[in-house]
Amino acid sequence: MIVGIAFLLIAALTIAGAVAAAVLRNLVHCALSLTVTFAGLALLYLQLDAQFAGFAQILVYIGAVAILVVFAILLTRGAGIPEYRGFSSGWLLGLVIAAATFALLAWAVIKSLPAQVATGAAPAATVQSIGAALMSSYVLPLEIVAVLLTVALIGAVIVAMPESTTPQSKAEDGGGR
Amino acid sequence: MSLTAKLDQIFVLLQHWISGFFPLWLQPAVGTILAVIAIVATFPGIFAVTTVLERKGLGRMQNRLGPNRVGPLGLLQPVADGIKSLTKEDIVPASADAVVHFLAPVVLVAAIFLGFAVLPVGRNMVLMNMDAGLLFFFAIGASTELSIFMAGWSSRNKYSLLGAMRAVAQMISYEVPLLLSSVVAVMMTGSLSTVKIVEAQSGFTGIFPHWYVFTPWGFAGFVLFVIAALAETNRSPFDLPEGESELVAGYFTEYSGFKFALFFLGEYLGMLSIAGFGITLFLGGWGAPFSFLGFVPSWGWFFVKLFGAIAFFIWLRGTLPRLRQDQLMNFAWKFMLPMTLLNLLVAGAWRFLGEGWSRWVVCSAVLLLAYVLLGRVLMRKQNLGPRSYRYAD
Amino acid sequence: MLGEGMLKGLAETAKNFAGSFVSKERLTTVQYPEERIAPIENTRDFPFLVYDGDDAMAGLRCVACQICEKECPPKCIYIVKSTDKKPDFVGKMQIYPARFDIDISVCMSCQICVEVCPFEAIKMDTEFELSTTDRFGGLLYDREQLSRSNEHYHKIHPTEAAEVDARLAEEKAKAEAKAKAAAEAAAAKAAAAPAPKEAPAKEPGA
Repeated sequence: MIVGIAFLLIAALTIAGAVAAAVLRNLVHCALSLTVTFAGLALLYLQLDAQFAGFAQILVYIGAVAILVVFAILLTRGAGIPEYRGFSSGWLLGLVIAAATFALLAWAVIKSLPAQVATGAAPAATVQSIGAALMSSYVLPLEIVAVLLTVALIGAVIVAMPESTTPQSKAEDGGGR
Repeated sequence: MSLTAKLDQIFVLLQHWISGFFPLWLQPAVGTILAVIAIVATFPGIFAVTTVLERKGLGRMQNRLGPNRVGPLGLLQPVADGIKSLTKEDIVPASADAVVHFLAPVVLVAAIFLGFAVLPVGRNMVLMNMDAGLLFFFAIGASTELSIFMAGWSSRNKYSLLGAMRAVAQMISYEVPLLLSSVVAVMMTGSLSTVKIVEAQSGFTGIFPHWYVFTPWGFAGFVLFVIAALAETNRSPFDLPEGESELVAGYFTEYSGFKFALFFLGEYLGMLSIAGFGITLFLGGWGAPFSFLGFVPSWGWFFVKLFGAIAFFIWLRGTLPRLRQDQLMNFAWKFMLPMTLLNLLVAGAWRFLGEGWSRWVVCSAVLLLAYVLLGRVLMRKQNLGPRSYRYAD
Repeated sequence: MLGEGMLKGLAETAKNFAGSFVSKERLTTVQYPEERIAPIENTRDFPFLVYDGDDAMAGLRCVACQICEKECPPKCIYIVKSTDKKPDFVGKMQIYPARFDIDISVCMSCQICVEVCPFEAIKMDTEFELSTTDRFGGLLYDREQLSRSNEHYHKIHPTEAAEVDARLAEEKAKAEAKAKAAAEAAAAKAAAAPAPKEAPAKEPGA
């Protein structure tokens, strides 16, 4: 019963954060509510005894992705309060698409529930077993993700690098001195 | 139990005795609450002592006395500071974002207090023995960056925002070397649990302990961990975000009174917790330095090492000039990252070379060579020397 | 090698830290107000009026010429001349200041009053612990508060005071010599004047 109450509270926190992230006007407030949502998800993982997934969620999402979102907002100057408020013109279509997606997800979740109720003890997903699995059966996805991250890092460095001086500007510099 | 064992476990026995007064179903909760009370009482107490020791220590290093008017030798100075910060007016700028402005110090202090939960202060004295304790600690550390950003942005002040951006950039850059340098300890122990890491270092060969700092990869890892820890907690020489001479007070410019005290508390507690973590990972946690000193209680050794680490941090603060932002970032990405990656390889080689003197020689040689070469390469283009000025004619 | 400078710096601060407990040169703090550094001779703070002898009002060197009042840049001196006269150090009858007020909250310690005084009457004091609770009246010093003896002047500015005393003694000696010469000349004149008066007096009588 306590587990049920805990789940309801955490779920309420997560949904409140997500709704706030969609509804609030100030963009940085939205980013911070998104962080609350991430924290709620991490708590859900922890409640399911998936320690590694929960802490990795906090470390990666709150520690890196949230900071990234906030930096993006700040560096592109989207942090001001918008002057107008109102719904967009295609709100009916948006509502229909959102309702359809939600219905699909709900059907998928409910359909999978009765067949998958765990009767035995859950397998202990310790960090060691996760590590062993990553190195043996999931080594290819691991390497692909590593290559992807390296490509992203190099791309970021190239995008952020200052322009190198052209030979013409160098000659001007030499002549002017 | 013998007397030394009883002294060693005195707090655990106290906890069991007090929770014995409560009904059985309530006992685990009471035990945990008692441990939490102990943490909340001890570490802010150490923080108070640290502030006065820091001011007096820095003073002595700078050829002056520190504060010596309040209480004998100035040791009651934290009381005066606490009363001052409680009675000051709490000013919130009119255009500041009030909610975020209020939440920033709260989030910081809450996150930092959570980090103390996985620190094994003594034998059987850890609040939560989690399988992924190390990961928990670093995850919580990552959350503090967010609170610094919240503080800087909500003040609606250019200088605060600039300080917050610098602080977050610095903390993100140094998080990677911090994590990588602590991974070697995990590799050698085979577990992410802090309790197991300390227990793996509690053996002795002769009178010398098995601390990881006494191995080549452990020493390199410890040095890199300390540097990254200084940068994570915005401590000198990495205190550009709160540089008093540049940014007024950086991201907590607009805070006054108790909120400022909370930021101060959070920063120092962060330093204490990451120092404690470094002690756990590399300096043997609650283990004694020599086997014949085992009669001293384990929690005594932990606090002795913690004070040693704090003294070293204060010493560094009194000695080194502040690093500039680009120097900071260069150092993190060009020096610390390659060194930590190399350290991982060296730790792996240590494991696979097997027992014997050969692995000592090989590992030390590789690390030393890499350090010297990297230092030479990175310092090649810098013409460091007395500055020469060119005046307009 | 990388890190060498850091180690040297750490050694230096460690020396400072350890040395501050044993040697005075590594701990240069003077714990004011229990210990004080003796001020050097050229210290100056606010002016005072010098008097010779024991009685302050009788021995004041100031003759109320008002030069310092006119030269003072922030105009912090206020002088009221007296109506009667009293003898100064050479014996000449001079007027004296009935009121001599200096507002030390205005005084900027420029020492111009000292430089222009022809009578060595006003000099600079070294006292700086002058805080009072009265913002206006407490910082307005009158003639009695400003008077300090010549011995005090010798104590705070020994060489200056010795030089001033030597100069004043020289002037006094010169004035006395002049007075003696004048008295001798007058006596000689007086001696010469009755002689011719006596001689014709004698002649008709003889």
